[in-house]
Amino acid sequence: MEWEVVIGLETHTQLKTNTKIFSGASTAFGAEPNTQACEVSIALPGVLPVLNKQAVECAIKFGLAVNAEIARRSVFARKNYFYPDLPKGYQISQYELPVVGKGAVTIQVPAVGKNAAYEKVINITRAHLEEDAGKSVHGLSNQSIEGMSGIDLNRAGTPLLEIVTEPDMRSAAEAVAYAKKLHELVQWIDICDGNMQEGSFRCDVNVSVRPKGTEKLGTRREIKNLNSFKFMQQAIEYETRWQIETLEDGGTIHQATVLFNPDTGETRVMRSKEEANDYRYFPDPDLLPLEVTEADKARVKAEMPELPEVMKARFEAEYGLTSYDASTLTSSRDLADYFVATVNAGADAKPAANWVMGSVSAKLNAEDKPINASPVTALQLAQLLKRINDNTISNNAAKQVFEAMWAGEVDVDAIIEKLGLKQVSDSGAIEAMIDEVLAANPAMVAEFKAGKEKAFNALVGQAMKASKGKANPAQVNEILKKKLAN
Amino acid sequence: MALNITDIKRIAHLARLEINEQEAAATLTKLSGILGLIEQMQAIDTTGITPMSHSQDVVQRLREDVVTETNQREAFQKIAPVLGNGSAKQAVDGGLYLVPQVIE
Repeated sequence: MEWEVVIGLETHTQLKTNTKIFSGASTAFGAEPNTQACEVSIALPGVLPVLNKQAVECAIKFGLAVNAEIARRSVFARKNYFYPDLPKGYQISQYELPVVGKGAVTIQVPAVGKNAAYEKVINITRAHLEEDAGKSVHGLSNQSIEGMSGIDLNRAGTPLLEIVTEPDMRSAAEAVAYAKKLHELVQWIDICDGNMQEGSFRCDVNVSVRPKGTEKLGTRREIKNLNSFKFMQQAIEYETRWQIETLEDGGTIHQATVLFNPDTGETRVMRSKEEANDYRYFPDPDLLPLEVTEADKARVKAEMPELPEVMKARFEAEYGLTSYDASTLTSSRDLADYFVATVNAGADAKPAANWVMGSVSAKLNAEDKPINASPVTALQLAQLLKRINDNTISNNAAKQVFEAMWAGEVDVDAIIEKLGLKQVSDSGAIEAMIDEVLAANPAMVAEFKAGKEKAFNALVGQAMKASKGKANPAQVNEILKKKLAN
Repeated sequence: MALNITDIKRIAHLARLEINEQEAAATLTKLSGILGLIEQMQAIDTTGITPMSHSQDVVQRLREDVVTETNQREAFQKIAPVLGNGSAKQAVDGGLYLVPQVIE
């Protein structure tokens, strides 16, 4: 039987705020335990939560970025469960009325093997604001406290936006493409720092399988807390295989929450449905309904950067770039900014796009550096392109200049001078050189005259060699053609 | 909706409350009484009335995103209970609050 995998994602994005969602305690990462845990964070009796304006604006930005309905009125609810890193006994979240409703993102799924790349729309079900829990520290070294766990509540109350998709993805590749797209988008609109090691962006993945061609969804298992795209890919592939094998062996899938172990590459059950919590949600009486007016939306919208899709369309229209190139250049805001800066510094758009996606990206990839750490600035790249454009240097020579700049040299013209890369465009000099080449290679000339086109290229090669690569190739072609026609 | 003793024990377990049979029976009577009141209210016809989550028609005020809280760890941890098990040590260590081990 052929099987189809069905995947939906829930992503917790930590919002870029100075303070917690319901108190004025700092959210800075890496502080000493419990030094950023105020009365609200540790849930002393009698404290009241007060909602952070910045967290709300982040949620509105996200809603606008995915073309979602933004609720005029949304409500905070208590999600009740018992765990030591949640001292209130409940997490403040949103349940029936979330701030962000239905939206969508378009993903680019890269080509794999003989399958071509394609685009797909992934529907967003909702996104809601909630607070993070604290952290449990196990295996404390102190002997006198054996059998105890430590609790650090610095993270308790950190604002999160939980973004939930429809079960729209049909492969690990699609799930990873969506996660990457979302990761880029939340950084683009500046609501999340995207730091996956520090847990600022973590995904829960719901996986189920069904016979291909059927409608009814299979029983799903949820893989919790994936904080790397590589692990996500591996976890989904393992889980899919495991579910298919279980069903083919006559077994049944039970709803469960599982964890992925990167060392073994396997998933294992964390808790099954039978033990699952009944969260007993109810509206939090400590918080009034959140109102978002049209004026609020308009104000936030005015502060937002141009969105990647809009910028992509503009790159195509304004610069005549292909859809693929425009899409690549807008895959991250830093990359787009670098490209625009190169063009604004006077470079033509097409060669600028080629260089940014070609030499610059290749070098960055090889050294595993982000674009904003490129040793060659956009301004330097623009100067280099100018020298190609005005025929001072050839494309090949430009590569040498680029290498020199990458190694730390600064001035384009000084490098050209130093390496002696200046192109010879003086037609008199080129003519004299070609005369010498023709005189030295009578056999090739004879071959060409006998109708062998290849001999022409060989003569061009000889001429370029004689000029040590400095002759303007277009001129060499033209003059050579003229001379051979005589 | 009628509650039974199993419901009471489950609710207690979810809240990590330890109750004996006697307490469970007493709680069953009390909680059933509360649900009886709610049943009476549910008898009222509310067709066409928008459900509300709060009794006042006001909206949430928002707080500017500025750090106003300072580190009060020492004051908060001074009131931590003692570990017990014959130890007079307070249930804090290296700035962490201590709780019986939890492993998931």
